[in-house]
Amino acid sequence: MSAITEEAVDSASIAAASTKRKSLWLVALRNPNVIFGGVILLTMLMIAILAPFLGTVDPQRIDPAARNKKPGTEITYRLDDGQTAKRVAIMGTDSLGRDVYSRVLYGARVSLAVGVAVSVISVAIGMVIGLISGYIRWADGIIMRIMDGLMAIPGILLAIALVSIWRAGLITVVFAIVVPDVPRVVRLVRSIVLTVREEPYVEGAISVGTPTWILMFRHILPNTVAPLIVQGTFLAAAAILTEAALSFLGIGIPPEIPSWGNIMAEGRTLFRVFPHNILYPGIFLALTVLAINIMGDGLRDTLDPKMSKKV
Amino acid sequence: MSTETKRPVLEVRNLSVALPKGGDRVHAVEKVSFTVNPGEIVCLVGESGSGKSVIAFTVMGLLAKALKPTSGEILLEGENILAASEDRLRELRCTRMSMIFQEPMTALNPVMTCGDQIDEVLSTHTQLDAAARRAKILAILARVKLPEPERIYASFPHQLSGGQRQRIMIAMALVLDPVLLIADEPTTALDVTTQAEILKLVAELQAGQGTGVLFITHDFGVVAEIAHRVAVLRWGELVEMGPTEQILSRPVQGYTKMLISSVPSITPAHRGVRRDGKTVLRTEKLGKIYTGNAFFQKARVVKAAVDVDLDIRRGETLGIVGESGSGKSTVARCIARLIDPSEGKIYLGDTEIATMSARKLRPHRRRVQIVFQDPYRSMNPRITVGDFIIEGPMNFGIGREEAMARARKLMETVRLDPNALDRYPHQFSGGQRQRICIARALAMEPELLIADEAVSALDVSVQKQVLELLDEIRVRLNLAVLFITHDLRVAAQICDYVAVMSKGRVVEYGSAEQVFGSPKDDYTKALFAAAPGRHWEFGKFAA
Repeated sequence: MSAITEEAVDSASIAAASTKRKSLWLVALRNPNVIFGGVILLTMLMIAILAPFLGTVDPQRIDPAARNKKPGTEITYRLDDGQTAKRVAIMGTDSLGRDVYSRVLYGARVSLAVGVAVSVISVAIGMVIGLISGYIRWADGIIMRIMDGLMAIPGILLAIALVSIWRAGLITVVFAIVVPDVPRVVRLVRSIVLTVREEPYVEGAISVGTPTWILMFRHILPNTVAPLIVQGTFLAAAAILTEAALSFLGIGIPPEIPSWGNIMAEGRTLFRVFPHNILYPGIFLALTVLAINIMGDGLRDTLDPKMSKKV
Repeated sequence: MSTETKRPVLEVRNLSVALPKGGDRVHAVEKVSFTVNPGEIVCLVGESGSGKSVIAFTVMGLLAKALKPTSGEILLEGENILAASEDRLRELRCTRMSMIFQEPMTALNPVMTCGDQIDEVLSTHTQLDAAARRAKILAILARVKLPEPERIYASFPHQLSGGQRQRIMIAMALVLDPVLLIADEPTTALDVTTQAEILKLVAELQAGQGTGVLFITHDFGVVAEIAHRVAVLRWGELVEMGPTEQILSRPVQGYTKMLISSVPSITPAHRGVRRDGKTVLRTEKLGKIYTGNAFFQKARVVKAAVDVDLDIRRGETLGIVGESGSGKSTVARCIARLIDPSEGKIYLGDTEIATMSARKLRPHRRRVQIVFQDPYRSMNPRITVGDFIIEGPMNFGIGREEAMARARKLMETVRLDPNALDRYPHQFSGGQRQRICIARALAMEPELLIADEAVSALDVSVQKQVLELLDEIRVRLNLAVLFITHDLRVAAQICDYVAVMSKGRVVEYGSAEQVFGSPKDDYTKALFAAAPGRHWEFGKFAA
């Protein structure tokens, strides 16, 4: 038994120092993609929150005297107390004389709200359904066929149908985007659950009599968090684009409320003469989606190395 | 081998390979020198992390970019490989030196026929026309003793068995008659009977061709079977090198002695079994049938276990040995009710648990505990060792404080520091993790402990310690142990009774001495005859 006593109560050979696992979040925050995307996104968020203080006017205010002004034009307008004032329309005005700069800044609120709402709701619903589907075998077939059905519904058609039943608005838009997104999350979670449930540590937990719900939340669910965060970012980016598309088609957010899609829809008819109506919201939209996608890539590389493109 | 007068095929001089910063040591390989002569098999032996594979990859010029050779030279027939260009290396590979790998499935391209894959080697390196290449390939397929070379030529890798795939790899490696063959654990993934055939083939082919072979293995049985000379590595340094007979029977270095004496003997130990304990577990005609439930095809039926009758009494170890796919793990998992048996009965004491519902089964769960093969996947990486051990007791209503106190005692039982309970699994080595898994199983105070290949993933010296620990616990707690293993040596040392399984059935069942001493079944006989190094009594050193 000398071989055993050699190692007896041998604490030196157990890796000492830190008792915590190296936090993946700290690693993720050092990834250049995450930093780049995060900074742009944070800027967008600040713009959305601080829109009233960034030299904007009421984005819904119509000014018939100052219609279709090019960017940089000086506009004279009447204040509520009857006096006149001058200001420069940095991004010009649209065909109703509304200030595009103000509309674009306020529009960030709608886009970010849709992105966040869609990703959070889809992930939350999808995670629960995915867990059930992956863990409870008899439910799997039924749930997955329903999900297949939902996946076959195109978001845009669903939105048109919903708008005709209810009315155009943020909730309708979010609902229309969430429905076809949920099955994607369900499939992801289910596939992770199916792999993890075969891991010896899960079987070990079964053999020490761990109740099913503890098993799910303690041993299986944490494995899905990292891939879900990654998936969530991509869902957010896609949702922002879909919202813009819906608004552009006139079936999303009501036209008076500024959203990037609405601004572009409004500018569509006079695009050749006044391209600024589409250009500026387009730049903001592209930049936001790009930032989210780049951040998602960075998060995937650090949090979810198995999915990483790098070999 | 009196080839000393000839120039060596491979000469490694003073080779050092640096590890990237932040590794557990500075060098993966440090100042290693050895030679391989024509017609000679040199075995590099060492435990995991000893740097043996790094040496092989450095010779082939296939080293990962993060690893850099820092000094020394590698001479292949006098040409320094470390100084060779990438183009020159590509020329040398397959023509002058070849390599075969551990896992023949992943080393072959699944979407090309075996013949085409060998053809690729020929068309890259030779000017032969299609007909000549085909003739050469069929000839080499026949030489590696594959049946029906024509059919094999047109087969895809998944249509062949593991042993056949490894033969294809060998054929591919030897088709251009290289002077050096590097074999990196080529038989580790194979069953023991297949391993014996492959070892025989390698020895025959290299003797016929005068090829120098650098054979990497962790298995001293294989060394005894095949090697002319042996180099023992530890932490990247060469500990000892010499002719096989000398290293195995008269090693000089303490490490070599320790390593060799850790190899379990294949002669069963006298364990003085008394069949008077209470029966803990009995199975009656236990069976597990897997049916593929395909919608549009005829369901495929696989009988993983058929009519398995076993019994284990207190204080006794029953071993189930068999090759992969023999159904031994299926039986273990049925008994632990991780899968539901299709037929038969399992009596745990007097309780029949084979058909019991999940709810009724739960109180009986603690009576059977299982330790798995892979120490890295057996523990949830996100929870501390302490929480891991007390999970079971807390499921059965024991308070956290009390469970923790018991966990501290158990850590001492498995000879680990009780203060390490707040650490995470990644801070422990494989052997330490396996001890923690044993502690967790013991925390449930089980009647039956199932060890499913529990020591198979461990290095031989660690394996010895864990085996000794298991046996000590069995004696002290008067436990019944069901020990599943493919390793006959391990089975011989730890089992009182042995059941040999093949194709889902128990083909031989009896006391270890009887089964090992005078096997009756043909399959058992073949299995034992294939055990590498069975004629060698390891650890009996001449003074």
